[in-house]
Amino acid sequence: MCGIGGTVARRAGLAPPEIDALLRMAGAMRHRGPDGFGVYRDARAGLCHARLAVVDLATGQQPLGNEDGTLWVVFNGEIYNHVELRAELVALGHTFRTRSDTEVIVHAFEAWGEAAFARFNGQFALALWDARAEVLVLARDPVGVRPLHVAEHDGRVLFGSEVKALFALDPTLPRALDPVGLDETFTFWGTVAPQHVFAGVTEVRPGHVRVYAGGEVHERPYDTPRYPVDGGGFRGSLEDAVVAVREALDAASALRMLRADVPVGSYLSGGLDSSLVAALGQRAKGAPLTTFSLRFADAEYDETGFQRSMAAHLGSDHREVVVSRADIAAVFPEVIEHTERPILRTAPAPLFLLSKLVRDAGIKVVLTGEGADEMFAGYDIFREGKVRRWWARAPGSTCRPRLLERLYPYLSRSPVAQRAILQKFFGRNLSRAHLPGFAHDPRWQTTAALKRLFSPEQRRAAAGVDVVTRLLSSLPADLPRWSPLAQDQYLEVRTLLSGYLLCSQGDRMLMAHSIEGRFPFLDREVMALAADLPPSYKLKVLDEKHVLKRAALGLVPEAILRRTKQPYRAPDAQSFAGGHAPAWADEVMGEAAVREAGIFDPRAVATLWGKCRSRAPAEQFSNSDNMAVIGVLSTQLLHERLVRRAPEPVLVTAETRVDRLATGRRPSIH
Amino acid sequence: MSSIHARVRRFITTNFYVPPEEPLADEESLLDRGVIDSTGVLEVIAFLESEFGIAVKDEEMLPANLDSVASLVAFVERKRA
Repeated sequence: MCGIGGTVARRAGLAPPEIDALLRMAGAMRHRGPDGFGVYRDARAGLCHARLAVVDLATGQQPLGNEDGTLWVVFNGEIYNHVELRAELVALGHTFRTRSDTEVIVHAFEAWGEAAFARFNGQFALALWDARAEVLVLARDPVGVRPLHVAEHDGRVLFGSEVKALFALDPTLPRALDPVGLDETFTFWGTVAPQHVFAGVTEVRPGHVRVYAGGEVHERPYDTPRYPVDGGGFRGSLEDAVVAVREALDAASALRMLRADVPVGSYLSGGLDSSLVAALGQRAKGAPLTTFSLRFADAEYDETGFQRSMAAHLGSDHREVVVSRADIAAVFPEVIEHTERPILRTAPAPLFLLSKLVRDAGIKVVLTGEGADEMFAGYDIFREGKVRRWWARAPGSTCRPRLLERLYPYLSRSPVAQRAILQKFFGRNLSRAHLPGFAHDPRWQTTAALKRLFSPEQRRAAAGVDVVTRLLSSLPADLPRWSPLAQDQYLEVRTLLSGYLLCSQGDRMLMAHSIEGRFPFLDREVMALAADLPPSYKLKVLDEKHVLKRAALGLVPEAILRRTKQPYRAPDAQSFAGGHAPAWADEVMGEAAVREAGIFDPRAVATLWGKCRSRAPAEQFSNSDNMAVIGVLSTQLLHERLVRRAPEPVLVTAETRVDRLATGRRPSIH
Repeated sequence: MSSIHARVRRFITTNFYVPPEEPLADEESLLDRGVIDSTGVLEVIAFLESEFGIAVKDEEMLPANLDSVASLVAFVERKRA
């Protein structure tokens, strides 16, 4: 895993990029890749790389060029099938200097052009610079495991793994939050690429390739989500599916465990998904793993018992970190410097501390269970959507909505008020049950209600775009012919997985401590198989991840297979309630700071913050209050840390330095 | 002592941080607007009981009584009659 960046002049006559600017850019991403830095430049383009050495430790430096120095690449991620691709390319007559997967990218692009990306099984963001044709090619993996931010400024394209790298490269690049990006964040919990939370910046969409050639730019999908249409798809029995899922996951976990030149550990959350990949990873390795778990001082969020039972089952070298509310509050500003976008939950903060535990243990790579809930329908939103659609077929029914009590057992223990109120809540828009977005509507509406905190200026600036309408009008043409579950899965992947879980809670928290995450559930073959399975194999009546639980039989202790799914949560507003709030929090939530940022109404924020600060530690916050407090706090911090201030320049020394200005047209490698 | 209406309205707008500019009609559903959620309704009940000295019975905890400023006011007036 690494940090990549660069810049390309879109027209002739501009000054060449400065080596020092490229080194500043790499320096801004040194946490992503502390093992070495590299730069390339010619008259028109500059590339930089901060390396986390995981594969081919001796010769995997970047930027890396082809034999005649006409095609250059910087690459963040892993191509797990690089061994197989290399064999194909060698058969086509390509010769290799290194063992790295990076070199495979160069030759694959020479051989197959943009069609190469669809052949990659991995997680990647990359930039290819064709120095002869003066074409820049940017590409991202199908679900956006790896980030890629792009800005256009003063006739140049700037791109990088993190936004702060763009600001480091060009300190004149304007730093401002984007009103529509904020509107999306306070609806979907994140932005939907290419929309960005910084004005003037975009993200390359997952599964897309963006090409800058002369004055032209276009972005095309090289991979499109494929769910069965009109009830087609996997034809085998449930037992066949169990075998197929187990085989695909076994292969995916083995690839991620074995294709590394450094030791690979695993996270253990206490749930099914990480337990299963750890079990498969350990089996592939043939020796005990090092495993890492997050414990909570608050019993409500803690899963220590299940984590330890899985660790005991594996016989792993098990490491733990206990996280308290005060810990979350203490690291929160640093967390936001890494997420570079607002968050509505504190859930990333404990993961920031967990990746530190991994680094302190001397491990660089971990497997995690991320993606299982999206691919195999583990989330409540899928069950809730199913119940509400069934209810919508008989909207007057009084017994159908009571099925919601099976999803949310607290409902049957709640006073009548909550039940009646919740029935009203879940019963909204039943007439729209046949339309895409129906399952997500309650979540989006609940979140969007927080936009009442926005200032009049922010509202006016965002008024031109209805973000839900925009999303729902950009769906694949085939989508109406997919099953309702597949439609819900697609939207969940496109919004929450790509726009929040994989970035704010994933890549950024891992890379903050130079840790590479590997995700067997986001393997190309696993995703294709999971998409192809009949909905009833994934969500059997209301049993979530049914086929996956059966595939895990014998690999994971029964107690973990049978346990009620516990969503990963951390103390949210509670971390800042009562005496917990640090001084910086009062400052960024204060009237002057809120007015200066201009995003929220200062009086509304004062009321909200007063409510948070006056809460007793034992008291709960409502879901809306939690999102409001954390959403405003993180946005204010983001403004304070990345808009008001420019990042401090950090100059690093490049061990790989290709300066084609210094030596005319010939590459020189020092 | 201000009117029941003013006290209810002030509670709703401050406890649920509705900015003064935000138009919130008395008849508007607080639930549909997303101003209150399922936990928020418990805060409303706690407010009614402490502010107006009334006891809200289980069977009275219905959207019809609790889902707008107007219905809350009418409910309090009924209870105190």
